[in-house]
Amino acid sequence: MVAESPSQDSAPVAHLTDGHRPPGRVVDVGFRLLAMLAGFSVLIILGLIAFSTTHTAWPAFSKEGIHFFTSTTWDVPKQRFGALAFIGGTLLVSAIALVFAVPVSIGLALFITEIAPGKLRRWIVTVVDLLAAVPSVVYGLWGLLVVAPKIIGFYKDLASDFAHVPILNTLLSGRPLSGVSFMTAGLVVGLMITPIITSITREVFVTVPTAQKEAAVALGATRWEMIRGAVFPHSRGGIVGAVLIGLGRAMGETIAVVLLIGSSTELTGRLFSPGETMASVIVNQFGEAQDLYRAALVGLGVALFAITIIIGVIARGLVARVEARAGGA
Amino acid sequence: MTAITAGVPVTRLGPAAKHRSRAIRNGFATACIVLSFIIVLVPLALLVGYVVARGHQLFSYAFLTKDIPTQITPGPGMGPAVFGTLLITGAATAMAVPLGVLGGVYLSEYGRRSVIARVLRFFAEIMTGVPSIVMGLFIYTAVVLKTKNLNAFAGALALACLMLPIVIRTTDEMLRLVPAELREGSTALGSRQARTIMRIVLPAAAPGIVSGALLAVARAAGETAPLIFVLSPVYRTNRSLFHGGNTALSVQIFQNASSPYAASQQRAWAAALTLIGIVFVFTVLARIFTAIYSRRSTAS
Repeated sequence: MVAESPSQDSAPVAHLTDGHRPPGRVVDVGFRLLAMLAGFSVLIILGLIAFSTTHTAWPAFSKEGIHFFTSTTWDVPKQRFGALAFIGGTLLVSAIALVFAVPVSIGLALFITEIAPGKLRRWIVTVVDLLAAVPSVVYGLWGLLVVAPKIIGFYKDLASDFAHVPILNTLLSGRPLSGVSFMTAGLVVGLMITPIITSITREVFVTVPTAQKEAAVALGATRWEMIRGAVFPHSRGGIVGAVLIGLGRAMGETIAVVLLIGSSTELTGRLFSPGETMASVIVNQFGEAQDLYRAALVGLGVALFAITIIIGVIARGLVARVEARAGGA
Repeated sequence: MTAITAGVPVTRLGPAAKHRSRAIRNGFATACIVLSFIIVLVPLALLVGYVVARGHQLFSYAFLTKDIPTQITPGPGMGPAVFGTLLITGAATAMAVPLGVLGGVYLSEYGRRSVIARVLRFFAEIMTGVPSIVMGLFIYTAVVLKTKNLNAFAGALALACLMLPIVIRTTDEMLRLVPAELREGSTALGSRQARTIMRIVLPAAAPGIVSGALLAVARAAGETAPLIFVLSPVYRTNRSLFHGGNTALSVQIFQNASSPYAASQQRAWAAALTLIGIVFVFTVLARIFTAIYSRRSTAS
């Protein structure tokens, strides 16, 4: 509680007419400044994150230059730190996650907004909230000890089925010895980002004017035609925003990926191979790292921070535009 | 709206075959939409089912209180991690909630629709998307490298950074639902703005703010990535926030999951059950407070 001067309890009107300085003014201004400082804490902390991590990572950035992002040579004894393999791994895992999460999330959001009756709707929203509340490390534990051992057989079958199809035979290969791979990590991350994409898409769908939906139905459209004709055109920007926010989450997802991706510093497009993402390599190698090595790992964090900020700005901008249009209409 | 006329085939109404193909397409789309719900429901059910099935055998009072045994020793013991999770999350809450509520007050009561407030609101949203591992690296580089101390407080700082934007945003949203008449009434009676906020606006929005804080706690309690850099492991309960290493349920699950020993994996499942229990309780409590708040604000 903010300290209040006792004079506040007496009638202030009397003081005002006296021509004295009104009481409680210091407290009032002080509270305002305090609140302002708290409001700016977000910007201050984001600035401190950028400064402190970049400062620690600087030796690695200045030594490697652009090679930090373009070289695949990650050789600790020779002190060479090129992160391309991990950037590729992050993109691969995020792409797999999005391929599975986006259609399911849009479908689920449509189910909630257009099909489910009121009571069921609230129940589903709770289920989606719980899915979002399950900690990352629990997804990792389940993925590592339950999903991975069960999914190897499936990987092996796919690999042999497509062994003679060009492109697919490289893509669907690797060394599926244990189930940990890009694919397993991507699948579980896809499940993890489904709630966030669903809830943002749902909010966007809700902003579609009821009059437009009713008009479509009145003209004889089936439900699917109504969705295609009234819901989708209105929400396109918002859906792209939701997908980008999901992408940001997928790229930054750490602990589940560490447990599910195996740890291999090789750049590969083989989905069933073990690999490493930017976030997972930081966790896997941080314990032993010193000096330049540590600077390089923190540098990966800086890159991750920058990417998620950029994606976030674009995505929130898109979603805000859809919601502003709905508010203005 | 050209899009609608394109989607509604008025001219195509007519031949029965066309009718049927539209009905089939509609049925197929509806089936896909329902299917996507099932695709989400099944893994969640499996996940919770496995955690309960494998975790409940070891789960007991002894599990929650005893020290952590060595990797190969079977039996209960996760007390230091339970205490660590409560200590670190509690300290993070004590830092993030007051600061976040004040920040939300600034956005809703002072900043309102000004450019500054809109920019701050935007960046609070962006900050919720910053990966938690970055918060861990931030506290490591800004605090741990300077103090050379791996302790629970560093972990609490990292979690507080994660919670802050969530608390700011929910407070801002909840305060904006408080009717303007309440503020005007208070001002008309001679209260200054600070007094109006403390005595009238914040109490009116209290259930909503509590709900937001609980959601932030639930998010923070399950986090692992920010903690692993800033905690040095312990296997006995350390009650100190500032002296010595510490551990948490999430960190123990992470370490035990990749252990080759069945005894450790068993403890990982039971710890996961404990953690999911804590997180679900906070999430459900948050929903209850939201329900109280929305009932109260629609009634008034």
